[in-house]
Amino acid sequence: MQSMTSVPLSWYLILSAILFALGVAGFVIRRNLITVFMSIELMLNAVNLSFITFSYQLKQVDGHIFSFFVMVVAAAEAAVGLAIILAIFRNRSSLQIDDISSMKY
Amino acid sequence: MDAILFLIFATIAVLCAINLVVQKHPISSALSLIGVMASLAVLYLLLGGEFLAAVQLIVYAGAIMVLFVFVIMLLNAGAERRSNRSLMATLFGVPLLAAFLALVAYVIQRGLPPTEGVYFGGFTQGTPRAIGRVLFTQYLLPFEVTSVLILIAIIGAVVLARKEI
Amino acid sequence: MHHLWLIPTIPLAGSMINLLFGRRLPKIAVSGVAIGSVLLSFLWVLNVLSGLGGLEEAHIERYFTWIQSGDFNVGFDLMVDRLTAVMLLVVTGIGLLIHIYSSGYMAHEEGFSRFFAYLNLFMFFMLILVLAANYLVLFVGWEGVGLCSYLLIGFYYLKKSAGDAGKKAFIVNRVGDFGFSLAMFLIVVTFGTLDFARVFAQAKDMPVEAGVGTLTVICLLLLLGATGKSAQVPLYVWLPDAMEGPTPVSALIHAATMVTAGVYMVARSSVLYLKAPLAMDAVAIIGLVTAVLAATIGLAQNDIKKVFAYSTVSQLGYMFLALGVGAFSAGIFHVVTHAFFKALLFLGAGSVIHALEGEQDMRLMGGLRSKIPVTFATIFCAAVAIAGVPPFSGFHSKDEILLAAHHHAPWMYWVGVVTAGMTAFYVFRAIFMTFFGSYRGHHHPHESPWVMLGPLCILALLSLGGGYIHIPHFLEPLFPLAESAHESTLVYISVAAGLAGIGLAWLMYVAQPGLPDAISRSFRGLYTLVYNKYFVDEIYDAVIVHPLRDGSRSVLWKGIDEGVIDNVVNGVGRSARNVGSVLRVMQSGYIRSYATWVVLGSVIVVAAISFLGGSR
Repeated sequence: MQSMTSVPLSWYLILSAILFALGVAGFVIRRNLITVFMSIELMLNAVNLSFITFSYQLKQVDGHIFSFFVMVVAAAEAAVGLAIILAIFRNRSSLQIDDISSMKY
Repeated sequence: MDAILFLIFATIAVLCAINLVVQKHPISSALSLIGVMASLAVLYLLLGGEFLAAVQLIVYAGAIMVLFVFVIMLLNAGAERRSNRSLMATLFGVPLLAAFLALVAYVIQRGLPPTEGVYFGGFTQGTPRAIGRVLFTQYLLPFEVTSVLILIAIIGAVVLARKEI
Repeated sequence: MHHLWLIPTIPLAGSMINLLFGRRLPKIAVSGVAIGSVLLSFLWVLNVLSGLGGLEEAHIERYFTWIQSGDFNVGFDLMVDRLTAVMLLVVTGIGLLIHIYSSGYMAHEEGFSRFFAYLNLFMFFMLILVLAANYLVLFVGWEGVGLCSYLLIGFYYLKKSAGDAGKKAFIVNRVGDFGFSLAMFLIVVTFGTLDFARVFAQAKDMPVEAGVGTLTVICLLLLLGATGKSAQVPLYVWLPDAMEGPTPVSALIHAATMVTAGVYMVARSSVLYLKAPLAMDAVAIIGLVTAVLAATIGLAQNDIKKVFAYSTVSQLGYMFLALGVGAFSAGIFHVVTHAFFKALLFLGAGSVIHALEGEQDMRLMGGLRSKIPVTFATIFCAAVAIAGVPPFSGFHSKDEILLAAHHHAPWMYWVGVVTAGMTAFYVFRAIFMTFFGSYRGHHHPHESPWVMLGPLCILALLSLGGGYIHIPHFLEPLFPLAESAHESTLVYISVAAGLAGIGLAWLMYVAQPGLPDAISRSFRGLYTLVYNKYFVDEIYDAVIVHPLRDGSRSVLWKGIDEGVIDNVVNGVGRSARNVGSVLRVMQSGYIRSYATWVVLGSVIVVAAISFLGGSR
């Protein structure tokens, strides 16, 4: 019964890879700072899924702990990142990522 | 049953993620992201992560995404403008990503040892009790460090959000 | 340990104080620091010498290893032997007197503190030079005094002629230093060390070279260095121009101390020279040629300092003659007495110039005897000393040299005697033109202050009595006394030549003032030749300077510098810019393109892992 209804481990990992790739795609394609930021969150989630999958595979709880920490970091990052976005918006009145190009040589 | 549940929620997650990427308005993207997170929470549950599934819903979908939506509303961010300035990104980005995905799938398929599949109840240590025990014994120091990290993040957010900057 | 290092370091400290804070200090403090540091140095020299006693052996102090490379090892070593002791006393003693004199002479000049800073710096390097215990430390002092000479010749840097003279001195000295450097390389190759003690110990066991051997080459190269520093033919041309500097500088650097560095260096290397008779002959002949040439030029000069400058060149020629005939101690003896009377001549000339508010042309002087009597009296002492009138100092040292020359080759003696006559003539010509007759200028001469006259009086005493400090005897352990038959006839002849020169000068410039013009008219061509210094400067200009400058301009500048070097440099820059303009596309500043690069990178990494290393 188990073997019939069980899902291969690789499916979870490939799902994780697809979500990660979509996150990267969002990061690269989207021009809105907030959407780009959400794409980063999506990538973090994809990685979390990998962690939990491997945790299941290895029958160890450490993967869960790591995704827990990732969530903590994501929360902190969201707070700081959104504050930065606020500051940028106040200064430039724009959320277009291509308007922010002062990192150039 | 497990496979059906996985397929349903994996499909939802992928569709929501595609929607996130495709939508031009940030608020649609944010709602799609909530969908991804919710379906991921179900998948966590399937993998035995009871505690994490709850945290995913409460912290991620609840708190963080509310913050996002709040900022979007606050800034009154509209649909994005088209620009051709990072032409290279759009030209090379998507093919590269496809290549990346193919490669990772190849690695996963080839590199993973053949094991039994995932079924609900195959992993029972994801309970709050088990996680709490590990978190407050073995991972106590990192845990405390994260509290400092969050404190710093709060201060940083407050400083950055002040009017003068 | 007798702390030899203190001797040069005290003037260095004085120099640094004046260089850094001199502008803000009052003049009395500046001169106080400068004179005080030299005085302390002089006292320390006395202390060291009395502590060292008889100095039968050289006293060497090794401070630290300076350069080490394999077996080759150069230390910062100082030493004192009898030769150094003589030089130390001369340098610090005369230096002290000239410092005191300068505080009066320079009192109304701009750049008072700068002057004393340079002068003290000169003392530092000169003392390093004489204290050095190996060739490299000597070379440091050698170059350092050259630098200070350059700085002080060009002291009045707003005057173009002064700046040019400084540059000329510096560049001409480079030629000599080139020879010195090559000599040092050769010494390292031959002896494996630069240490005096070890080089000379090895050289002592080498045979006397009949032809041109390594030692001869070394000695000739050292001689080239010495001709540069000591203004010998063919590199003497810078010294007359060096008179552009303040007069105390001419006295200290270009008469008493620095220009004798070449003599000192050759005497220091006497062990090497004694093994290379050919080089010795070269030294003697160069000395003799210089002595005659400079003396003849000195006959026809009208600038009082130029006369004394050519006199210095000529006297240095005498010293080289002494060295060349093997009478090293006589050469050093002449260095000492020359330091006395030539410093006095220059300081006296400075006093005259000071009295006439900057006038240097002797044709506009005359009759100053009664107006500045102390200056006249002291300068007269120097004149009789240099003219070789017995029993004054010049007589003793010149006599030693001429007798040694006669012993070596009689014709050298006769040339020397003629030169001695000329020396007496031109010095007394200067004296008579300046102090006798009637005043031809339009200034109001005034006697110099006692701070200037004091050193003059001390130097006058030394010029008169200095001959009785019997230096050759003191130096006997280092340089065995050259055997010379003390033939009294030869002494009489040379004294007679000197007196004849004085008499002729008296005849021409006091008794029959019309005579010089008549003579110069009847020997027009010869007079023009001598008056224009044999056109040596013009010849050097035409033969060396112009071709060099034109060659530099057309070949080195236009061809190599602009054509090759600039093109290479610009080409490198241009190619960097071209590469950059390609790479710049990557650095667009757009975050999304950066992200794309990251993706590209991760694709490559994952591909590498999966295809190359990842398949366990």
